[in-house]
Amino acid sequence: MQKANSSQPFMPATRKSGARLAWIGRGFLLALALLVLIVLIRSFFDNPQLFAQIAISGLQLGFVYALIALGYTMVYGIVKLINFAHGDVFMAGAFVSFFAVSHFQLHRWPAAVFPGLPPILVTIIGSLTVILLSMVVCALMAVTIERVAYKPLRNAPRIAALITAIGVSFFLEYFGALNFVFSPRFIPYQRPFGVVTWYIYDGIHLVTEGHAPPQGAITFSNIAIIIMVVSILMQLSLQFLVRRTRIGKAMRATAFDKQAAQLMGINVDRIISVTFAIGAAFAGLGGVLYAIAYPSINTLLGVLPGLKAFVAAVLGGIGSIPGAFIGALIMGQAESLTAGYISTPMRDAIAFTILIIVLLVRPTGIFGEPEKEKV
Amino acid sequence: MLLEVNDLNVFYGAIHALQGVSFSLEEGEIVTLIGANGAGKSTTLRTISGLLRSRSGHIRFRGQDISTVAAEQIVRLGISQVPEGRKIFAPLTVQENLEMGAYTRRNPAEIQASMQRVFASFPRLKERINQLGGTLSGGEQQMLAMGRALMSRPKLLLLDEPSMGLSPILTEEIFRIIKEINSQGTTILLVEQNALMALSVAQRAYVLETGSVVLQGSAAEVRDNPQVRNAYLGVG
Repeated sequence: MQKANSSQPFMPATRKSGARLAWIGRGFLLALALLVLIVLIRSFFDNPQLFAQIAISGLQLGFVYALIALGYTMVYGIVKLINFAHGDVFMAGAFVSFFAVSHFQLHRWPAAVFPGLPPILVTIIGSLTVILLSMVVCALMAVTIERVAYKPLRNAPRIAALITAIGVSFFLEYFGALNFVFSPRFIPYQRPFGVVTWYIYDGIHLVTEGHAPPQGAITFSNIAIIIMVVSILMQLSLQFLVRRTRIGKAMRATAFDKQAAQLMGINVDRIISVTFAIGAAFAGLGGVLYAIAYPSINTLLGVLPGLKAFVAAVLGGIGSIPGAFIGALIMGQAESLTAGYISTPMRDAIAFTILIIVLLVRPTGIFGEPEKEKV
Repeated sequence: MLLEVNDLNVFYGAIHALQGVSFSLEEGEIVTLIGANGAGKSTTLRTISGLLRSRSGHIRFRGQDISTVAAEQIVRLGISQVPEGRKIFAPLTVQENLEMGAYTRRNPAEIQASMQRVFASFPRLKERINQLGGTLSGGEQQMLAMGRALMSRPKLLLLDEPSMGLSPILTEEIFRIIKEINSQGTTILLVEQNALMALSVAQRAYVLETGSVVLQGSAAEVRDNPQVRNAYLGVG
């Protein structure tokens, strides 16, 4: 009683100085944003080819991050858990495809089974098989992790599950790094299909060996195109699943109110498993594409992409699927532009700078709504 | 006997919320549980639906003990609940909310027929079919919650405080619909703070006080009981 009374007169003063601080902060951020914009515009006019080249690599990164970020945001939406092991499921996707390709030649199976098949079909079907296998293994892995590590903590304080998620993440990273598992070394990744690169310079030309593209040409590869197309297709099919199908609607209902969902006859545990499985399958797909794009893998491969995708999900508004997608594209560009125009080591720092700014300015993210108190 | 609750004991941690509650429902009845705040009315419904577990006692539905059956299975057996506070899925449209009510069913044509029946009872919902559940008024949300519960074609409908927060006119409307649902063959267990209203539609009533049934009888008997008149009906 006494305490409440004595602190009351100070309240308005604190609020006022807090508001002033907020204004200073906002002014600072505005100045920063303006500076970034000016630098970007100048860079664009200085050398548009370089800018486009950087933007393409940013898109390639961003679309991979989008595949990971969807898992973060979906799982958060339904169990309010930041699943920090998600980046390591992404890593597992890369490793599954590595073993499938390098050790079992799974990408060649159509040629072995149907010898007469044209090589292009062999490559497409073989690569799809490898990708599907990675997605399935990752989905099973995530469902297992959820059952073993998170489900027993469903009614525990949220921080307990969060710490467990970090523990699972470390387990996967360093168990994988044991010598008799994957070893801690970087392993050269064998792609299931070859890289084809084109350059734009007076039209589109194929880059052939021994002929470097001319100065000022913009190059892009089949991998960049595949990543973008696949990521967009997956995003669209996820939208369809969540908006139109029975299970998708049940996912949204469960995310909103688990007990009410149970009263509808929805098996909440199963919906949560499905959510983890879908998120992990997307991450697994992302892992394969990432390894194809940057073909050297080790068990810590998922750490930074995982964290960046997490920032992307926060930036877009955690819980929002379109938000995760947009956030990931922004993260990809931010990273690529930073690497191109500031310095390469800064590319990782920018992700966390963005996280701090989002948390300061708009903690709910771009598409997030302020959390309503549920009665 | 459609539902038989026998010596039910439920705890919230150390709090003994239901202390040996027993009651029963015959097919086709409207039975009401009345009592003050915290008497254990909602706890009873939540335990029947499987959201809470009893420590001892039995809940028999059509002869089968359902006290250990999972909540999502109980809906399949034919018990549907309109929970306290409606618990509408705010980010889903009216239609999607109703579809969720029919989650246990698979035949699209039959689900469509049920939806049309719900629209016949609640024409307002049809006008709002593509609106988000969270944008409906309190009365409309109550209608949606009831319609959603009916979509599973329950044999027993549990209603938890359907009149809560509604105007007297809307309350009348809701109770008219409750009687209508009942006349179409659905047995109803009604929990209400508005005891007078509840006793006017119910055939029988149980009075709960701090987790125990203290009085039971036909609605008329309970209504005429002096203690009930004093405590719940606001008349001396």
